[in-house]
Amino acid sequence: MMDALPFLAESNPVKTWTFIIVGLSFALYICIGFFARAKNTSEFYVAGSQVGPVANGMATAAGWMSAASFIAMAGMMSFMGRDGAMYLIGWTGGYVLLALLLAPYLRKFGKFTVPDFVGERYYSKTARVVALVCAIFVSFTYVAGQMRGVGVVFSRFLEVDINLGVGIGMVIVFFYAVLGGQKGITYTQVAQYCVLIFAYMVPAFFISIMMTGNVIPQLGFGAELKAEPGVFLLDKLDGISTELGFAAFTGRGSKSIIDVFCITLALMVGTAGLPHVITRFFTVPKVRDARISAGWALLFIVILYSTAPAIAAFARTNLLTTVQNTEYKNVPQWFTKWEETGLIKFDDKNDDGKIQYYNDQNTNFTATATSNGWKGNELTVDRDIIVLANPEIAGLPAWVIALVAAGGLAAALSTAAGLLLVISTSVSHDLMKNTISPHITEKQELNYARIAAAVAVVIAGLFGIYPPGFVAEVVAFAFGLAASSFFPAILLGIFYKRMNKEGAVSGMIAGIVFTSAYIIYFKFMHKEFDTAEHHWFGISPQGIGAVGMMVNFAVSLVVCRLTPAPPTKVQEMVEDIRVPKAN
Amino acid sequence: MADKSLPKDKQRRAYWRENLILMSVLLTVWFIVSLLLSVVFVDALNEIRLGGFRLGFWIAQQGSLYVFVVLIFIYVWAMNRLDRKYGLEEDDDEKKGSK
Repeated sequence: MMDALPFLAESNPVKTWTFIIVGLSFALYICIGFFARAKNTSEFYVAGSQVGPVANGMATAAGWMSAASFIAMAGMMSFMGRDGAMYLIGWTGGYVLLALLLAPYLRKFGKFTVPDFVGERYYSKTARVVALVCAIFVSFTYVAGQMRGVGVVFSRFLEVDINLGVGIGMVIVFFYAVLGGQKGITYTQVAQYCVLIFAYMVPAFFISIMMTGNVIPQLGFGAELKAEPGVFLLDKLDGISTELGFAAFTGRGSKSIIDVFCITLALMVGTAGLPHVITRFFTVPKVRDARISAGWALLFIVILYSTAPAIAAFARTNLLTTVQNTEYKNVPQWFTKWEETGLIKFDDKNDDGKIQYYNDQNTNFTATATSNGWKGNELTVDRDIIVLANPEIAGLPAWVIALVAAGGLAAALSTAAGLLLVISTSVSHDLMKNTISPHITEKQELNYARIAAAVAVVIAGLFGIYPPGFVAEVVAFAFGLAASSFFPAILLGIFYKRMNKEGAVSGMIAGIVFTSAYIIYFKFMHKEFDTAEHHWFGISPQGIGAVGMMVNFAVSLVVCRLTPAPPTKVQEMVEDIRVPKAN
Repeated sequence: MADKSLPKDKQRRAYWRENLILMSVLLTVWFIVSLLLSVVFVDALNEIRLGGFRLGFWIAQQGSLYVFVVLIFIYVWAMNRLDRKYGLEEDDDEKKGSK
């Protein structure tokens, strides 16, 4: 091995293990892509609707949990404390809506895409085009971050250039997404779920044992500290947080109740309206499979999501107790290693040779800090480090660290592939076949799908190499748009037979215009006003999708009453999708 | 034909009504857990302790997630029962093949 790859000869065991584990996982994805390649449009779009519910649950979970869920979420929660719950609830509660309100009915409808449903239910090309533009926009927004994530993981663990990392990621995704379509993607995602959940849980178990003696992290963070018997970990964390001027970890953060309420709601509804998630429920054979696979998907997601807050609390406690007021020359080894990557920055402002980490934005705390001789916070910690450095902080063997790299890549690639498929399907099926040239053969349609997937991979890769500065801003956009456009249109389409095309189209447009205007105003035009006192009722752009959804519902219902009822055929279709039994 | 289609029609309406009731109950629980207990009343609940956790914090970061999973599995179980009660479950594959 060493002889064959001379560039490994001088490297450390972590790098060697990373090459081996990442290489093996990539080989596995390519094999699956090859053996599960799609032969017709049905296999390319919905894996021939032959995926078992448990496998679909795993694939949905892998497609749903992105690089951000895997790498950034625990870190985000570590710094946000209790408010971080809005992401946990927002990104899981949406599955309840999906399972109860959308998935079984869309499966009964039984076509390939979300624009398919919107177009046929509202007997209108305009509706289909509005839906497909939204689907493409939402998916591109999302995919940009994923390819960047692939590059970042590569550069941190293997010290290769970020762009080379993005390039490698593109080749892998290209292979199984373009060749395999939804069929290839589904079975790759099943493998990717196994890789990523294993990689996430192993360090969590070890850290939990190390800090509390309890192997289950979900129980561990409510247990007593091993180092200080009789003291609960969370009480300790609340205590040291307030001592350093931060908010108590389990207490109220900086956001108002109405804002947290709206953000949580917008994320939940947005989750239920995201096309790459909805499409997954077209891939199972039956209505009852669609119902149960939503349950499996959520169960698989919750395994990771319920572990994240535990990791967040462990890491935060670790950071505050080991680093605070420590002599810089005595810091643990992981500290220096991650300092080299720039994820940890130390600036000794008062030249005492010790690290002071505290909340220098808290004006009530300034007096205490000054009397301690502190001259500002000296430590900057990137949130990504919480997951990335976890195994090293716990002193785990090299292969576990390598596993985290493979897990991060699995999370990013699986999400990217699902999104790319939505883009390619929207172009070949909704735009080419159903809008521009209905007379193309199935073979031509499949070719368009492959070309569109290939082009989308290249564009996504370019986003990864030249990341637009506004990626973080547009993620709020993706959820806001999904919440204010798709969710009400689909919901009313199923549960309100009288809903007609005039109502649905005007509702979607009103929802989109309202939500985009609010986000564009605060995120792009007047960033200086993006604070709670300028927001309407204190609702931030992240949560405005919840209001956009209400606007959509209101406009749809009013316009619908003033315009003619939908044709009988459409009303019969609605009757039909409401029962599982075929007519 | 009319005799046959009328009860079928009525049956479907009854099925749909039961479905809506089930859904409303489960979604009410969903709303209470996700938005009321975890967001609106979280500070009040934090006064109560659950071992090493404060209750509001635990519901927001753990309990709500578990409730969501349970809600979906209850829905699946209840809907499968409802399908059978009204004879509206899907045909099995063998039957489909013989058609």
